[in-house]
Order: sequence, then structure tokens, then C-alpha cells
Amino acid sequence: MLRVDHLNKSFGRFMVIHDVSFSVEENEVVALLGPNGAGKTTMVNLISGHLRPDAGQILLGDRDITGAPAHVRIALGIARNFQITQLFEELTVLDNVRNCIFSVEGRSGRFFKPAGFYEQSTSEAMEILKTFHLDPFAGELAQGLSEGDKKILDTAMAFALKAKFLLLDEPTSGVATSDKFKVMDTIITAIQERGTATLIIEHDMDIVAEYTHRVMVLAEGHILADGASAEVMADKQVKETLFGVSD
Amino acid sequence: MVLIYTLNGLYFSAFLFLTSLGLSIILGVMGILNLAHGSLYAIGGFVGAYLIGMMAQSPMPVTLIVAVLGAVTASGAVGFVLETTLIKHMYRRALEYQLLITFGILMLIEDSIKLVFGGESRYASAPFDAMGSIDIMGHTYSTYFLFVMAAALFAGLLIWWVMAKTRLGIMLRAIEMDREMAQAMGIPMRSLTIAAFVMGSAFAGLAGVLVVPTTPAVMGMGMDPLIMAFIVVVIGGLGSLRGALLGSIIVGLTRSFTVTYFAELEMPLLFLIAVVILIIRPEGLFGQK
Amino acid sequence: MMKYLFTPRAATYGVALLVLLFLPQFLSPYHLMLMESGLSLAIMALGLNLLLRYTGVLSFGHGAYFAAGAYAVGLLHMYLPDQFTFENAILAAILVSAAVSALFGFVCVRHTRIFFSILTLALAMLLFAVLEKAYHYTGGSDGIRVPIPTFFGYEFEGMRRFQFLIGPYYYVVVGIFAAATVTMLAVVNSPFGKALQGTRDNELRAEMIGIRVKRYRWYAFVISGTFSGLSGGVWSFVNGHITPEISNWVFSGEIVYMVLLGGFMIFEGPIIGALLFTYLRLYAVAMTEYWMLIIGATLIFLVLALPGGVTGGLYSLFSRLKPKRVS
Repeated sequence: MLRVDHLNKSFGRFMVIHDVSFSVEENEVVALLGPNGAGKTTMVNLISGHLRPDAGQILLGDRDITGAPAHVRIALGIARNFQITQLFEELTVLDNVRNCIFSVEGRSGRFFKPAGFYEQSTSEAMEILKTFHLDPFAGELAQGLSEGDKKILDTAMAFALKAKFLLLDEPTSGVATSDKFKVMDTIITAIQERGTATLIIEHDMDIVAEYTHRVMVLAEGHILADGASAEVMADKQVKETLFGVSD
Repeated sequence: MVLIYTLNGLYFSAFLFLTSLGLSIILGVMGILNLAHGSLYAIGGFVGAYLIGMMAQSPMPVTLIVAVLGAVTASGAVGFVLETTLIKHMYRRALEYQLLITFGILMLIEDSIKLVFGGESRYASAPFDAMGSIDIMGHTYSTYFLFVMAAALFAGLLIWWVMAKTRLGIMLRAIEMDREMAQAMGIPMRSLTIAAFVMGSAFAGLAGVLVVPTTPAVMGMGMDPLIMAFIVVVIGGLGSLRGALLGSIIVGLTRSFTVTYFAELEMPLLFLIAVVILIIRPEGLFGQK
Repeated sequence: MMKYLFTPRAATYGVALLVLLFLPQFLSPYHLMLMESGLSLAIMALGLNLLLRYTGVLSFGHGAYFAAGAYAVGLLHMYLPDQFTFENAILAAILVSAAVSALFGFVCVRHTRIFFSILTLALAMLLFAVLEKAYHYTGGSDGIRVPIPTFFGYEFEGMRRFQFLIGPYYYVVVGIFAAATVTMLAVVNSPFGKALQGTRDNELRAEMIGIRVKRYRWYAFVISGTFSGLSGGVWSFVNGHITPEISNWVFSGEIVYMVLLGGFMIFEGPIIGALLFTYLRLYAVAMTEYWMLIIGATLIFLVLALPGGVTGGLYSLFSRLKPKRVS
């Protein structure tokens, strides 16, 4: 579904992404691991269109989207959440999600009928809220949510974009430990229902082990390992890179 | 003739330079677009005109010096009062509030000038007449114009020296570059912010007093300079001394040449230039993105 | 649809409309004309607030679009007197102001908020300069006289201007005002309106869900400008005379002021502000010639102490008095 070929990105003289290639298929949930500063967030920004690569190609399905601006990529089916939650603070929780639905349906430009009159879109938004257990807060302003709930809303919004490829940047950071699994359950169930190709950046190894099929490890801009979760996580070199552990 | 037009253009540029310099300093260091900047120009103009009128009997150099000092002090002082009472509340507020409050100040000062000086125009042509004219390549040119250009040049050099060579200037530039960092480094933010605002206001006042010997001080005299200064800052780029200089020269010369041939097209043409530059290079000629 | 008709807001609107319709029974002719002035300005205030509250940008030059509308009417009368009917005049006002705001807006929305605000001011002053200087075409600073036109073929024969204004025209103004208010309400609550508010709250996120931020701002600008033009058109008949002053920074500042005075946080705030302002100005000008001092000082006071304006102040007062609900 999404393929990245020989991607390079430098900031000044500092090469952050070095000849990176991988692909993520439909129904795959792949984790991207790596120590801080390895280039994970840069990778996300390159895929979402925030940054342009210096060399290499990015393909969504058959389409070359390397040069496409962010809004085109979104229209083509790439969605992401944000590490630092980015919400529409002064709109209601329902509006936050519904805006995404309107956008994807091409209805954002309609300026005559009140949003509430669009029953299908509204009920779709409510469905998503229910999936993520946010429906009790539907009428509340987004800024009133707890930090953990805000994170969930951020992810729900990305999900509402009905993407073909979903980018999740630490979707459970900031969520209470007791809730982490519950949140991931919700997210993964929703993803699996749709079969969306998903790339998750995650630090929590338990989450990775439990929910992902495949793991990629990024270190200093290179892909160090790419394979089934259990194998990769047992690899010595990977463990050293990630945890600084040497047996 | 071209020489005369060029000189006229540079003369106008001198004023633009002084006003836009003030606006740019305030905008660069404080991040505030002071809509009342033109009012400070007007204060300089009215105070200057008043003093020139009062000192009609004294010898010219004295009159001029007193007028300039008086005007600059007046606008600097008003700037000081404004910053310490009103503007300081606006740093943490949304941008809209900053614009609104400076707009309110604009209206307040406008009527205050009316209150203090009466609503009538004030003439102060004494210095202009006293300086007479000199002969340039067969044309008679008023010496006063040359004096103004010299004054602006001097002001520009002074600012350059302050910014580049003094501790004050270095600290101001630090704030301009990275506010948080400057704060973390222990730079006295409050005093410097006030200093920047006072400096900017004083420059506006200087421009105001220098203009009244040639054009009377009238109500609303600050509006056009404000917009022109803004156009200069836009063309030249935010926070750039070179930009302000170059922008002023471009605008000044353009105005001079179009006024002669197409008097009505003056403002529209300037806007057109600004718009074109903004489309091609939104951060101006010398600004940083 | 029905559920929207039985809300407190709808009820309040209904009552307000009834009150407006019955005002001619209670008010003196002079006050009635003031109301007309206030209601027409309220339309522009709503337009400005679309940008301020719902898009998050502040325009200091909205007088330009008001002037565009008013001059469309005036110039129609001057150059096409045979076509000078009310319908044509209002249509002209809407079209011309839409065009001008599309043009000016295109230039302005490309920039960050600081530049946006002062560009709007600069463009308004530009229009002011053009209107003044083009004496032969626009009457310059003398302005243009605007007489009473025919309405859908009906000429108010024999009625003196004044009688017309306090008679039939009042209802015309109320009608247009009501239509404009409902339209703006629909826009603000529409998917577009919600998307716009999204761009206000978080430009980054809006882009990332596929909303073209600058383009939407431009659309909002055009809608806002058109409302101002409609306002100018309606107002030009009340005033009977238009001058370039309405594109000047003073008037644009007064528009901003009235929105702030009424309170820009709630939808109806600008309407209240426009009405209050009209009366305030009347009394202030009667008492002193330093009208700008008063606006300036009260504006500063509003910004520092009461940013929510009159409605905001009332709202916080009211919520403090209401007993706290236990959830």
C-alpha cells in the first residue's frame, strides 16, 4: 500500500534519513522503533508531506506522491495523528471528528445548511466517538478533555479520515498506563475492521509485542531491522540499539 | 532634471527611513505592530511646529535644535508612558488585542492632539526659509532638503553603530533573534523592551518634526506615513536595517518619479510594488522567513 | 429542521423580530431612522465578526467593502439612472463588494495575521484615495447623492423622502437585516463554518485533515465583504448621501469598535454592538467634539478589562449568578 524507496533527508549537513526503503501493506500493522533522534518523526513528516525528501520515492498504491503537497496526500488517503496533540480546542469533540468526516466527503465547503442537518455525517462521527469511548463527551469543548482523552481524540480524528494508510505517532503516550491497552485495543480493532495499512511509532515494548505484526527499527537514519515482531525484538543488535543492553 | 527628481526622491526616502526604522525596531524586538506609530510621528510634528513658532525670534540653529530635541523627547516620552501603562499588558495576549489596543491609542492620541493644539493646521516654515538654497548643476535646490537627508543618514549610522557595536544593540538583536533564549540568558527584558519602544517612538517623532518646515502639521498627518512605513517594512523585510534603507529608497524614488508624471497613480503604484514583492517573496527583500 | 425552530434561540429571534416590527408604534421618527442606521451597520458588523470570531483574523479596513457597496448604488444612480431600481441597486452593491473583497482578500489572506491586518487597512486607504481623487467619476470628497429608487416597479409617488424612510423603508431594512442574520447563522453553523473555526483553532491540524486554510479564509473574506457591501447599499438610502470617508480608517475602526463593544464571542454580539454604537455616538457627539477620544479610551478599556464586550460581560455576570450544577 505504501512504499518508500531509497529515501534521503538531510538538515544542513546532518543526514537524518539515509537510504531508507520499506513498505507497509493493507491489513498490516507495523511498528517503527528507534532511539530518540533516530529520525522517526522525520520519517512521519516525510510520509505525511510536511517535509520533502532530498532523494528517493514515496508511493501510495501505484501513485508516486513524492512531490505531492500535504493536502493532496490527505485527499489520496494518508492520515496521521500528532505526537503533541493537535485539536480544534474551541470546537466540540463531535465537531472535531465531524470536521474530518466532512473533509473526506468533500463537504467542508458547504456553507448553507447547518452542520447538524447532515445526519449521515453526524451519525458517522458519533459512531467513531463510540468506538473510541468518547461519546459521553460529544458536546463538550475539546479543550475540556483530560490529556489522555485528548490523545485518543487526536487518533480518532486521524481514523475518521478513512485513510488507506494511517500514521500513528505514539498514540498512547500521555495515556494512563492502566488505560493503554484499552486504548490500543480500540484503535487496533477499528483499524483491523477496515484493513487500513498502519505504521505506528511506539516506545512501549509491551504494546508493540501485543499489537503489531511487523517491526522496523530505525537507528541513526538507517533501517537496522525489518521483520516479524518477535524475531526482531529478540535480536541482539536491536536490543543494544534500543536499550543499550549487551549480553 | 533627473538629478532633482532623484534628490526629491531621496528626500522623501529620508522620512520613510526614519518612520519605518522605528516601526521595524518595535516590530522586530517586541513583535508588536504599533498602529499608533503614525500618531507619534504626528506628536513630533505638532510639538515641533509649536516650538518653532514659539522661538520665532531666536537664531535658526537654536530654534531647530530646540524643536528637534523637544519633539523627540515628547514622542519618546509618550512612547514610554504608553508602553509602561498599556502596551505591556498585551505581550501575552492574542495578536488581535495588540492591534486593537494600539488602534485605540491611535484614536486617543489623535483627539488628544486636537485637545492640546487645537484642530487647526500649524505652519512652521521658518527653518526651511532660513536655510535658503544652493545651486546644484544649474538648478536651485533648497538646502533644507539636504539637511534632512543628512539627518536621516546620521540617524541611520547611529542606529547601525548602536546595534552593531554597543551592548544595548547586541542585547536588542538577541531578543529579536530568539526571545526565549535571550530571557534565559538573563537579559533584562523589561528595560530593553521599553528602550526599544522609546527608540522607535523617538524616531517617528524625529521624522515628524523634520517634515513640518515643509508641510504644515495637520490633523490625521500620521496616517499616510504609517501606511508608507509599513509598505517599506514589507518591501524591505522585517527587522532588517538594510531592508528599511533599501525599501525607503525604492519607495521614495518611485514616488518622486510617478508624482511628476502621474500624480494620481502614486499610492496605487506603491501598493502594486508592495503586492508584487509580497507575492514573489513574502518575507520581503531582506527579511528572514 | 423542526428541532431548530423550537430552541430558545429561535424563540428569542422571533420575539426580537416582533419587537422590531412594532417599534414604529413607539419610537419617534428620528429614533426610527437611527434604528435603520444601526440595523444596516449591524449587517456589516456580522460580516466582520465572521472574520474575527470564526476565522480568527482581524480586518481594519472593512470600510472599503461598505464603500464598494454604497458607491455601487451611488454610481448606478449617476450613470444608469434608468436602471436605478432598488433591486438593481442592492444587486449591484452585492456584486461589486463581492468583487472588491475577492480581489483585496486574495492579496491579504496570503499573509500572517499581523500583515493581514495592516494590509486590510492599507487597501481601504487606497480605495479611499482613489475615490477621493477620481473626482470626475465619483464626485470626490463631495460625494454622491442617493435618492429613493423604485421598488419592483412601484414608485412612492408624492411621498417625501423623510416619510418614506420612516415608513415603508423601515420594514425593508428590518427584512434585509433579518435575512442577513439568518444567512450568517447558517454559514457559521455549516460544515464550512466549522472548518473555518478549525482553521482558527489549529491551522496545522486543519491542513492535515485536508482543509485548504488560505482558500477558506479567502472564501470567508468574500462572504464578509459582501455582507459589508450589502450593509453599505442599504445604508446609502438611509443617509441619502455617500462620501469617500466611509472607506477611511476612522470608519473602519468604528466597525471594529462596535463588534468589540457588543462582544465578539457570541453570534449576536455584533448586532448589539452596532445598535449600541449608533446611540452612543449620538449622545457623545452631542456632548463633546472629541468623539475619537471617547472611542479610543473605551476601546482600550474594553480590551484591558472587558474583552468580551457587553454581551461577554453580561454572560459572565449571568453565569456567576446561576447556581452551579453538580455533574
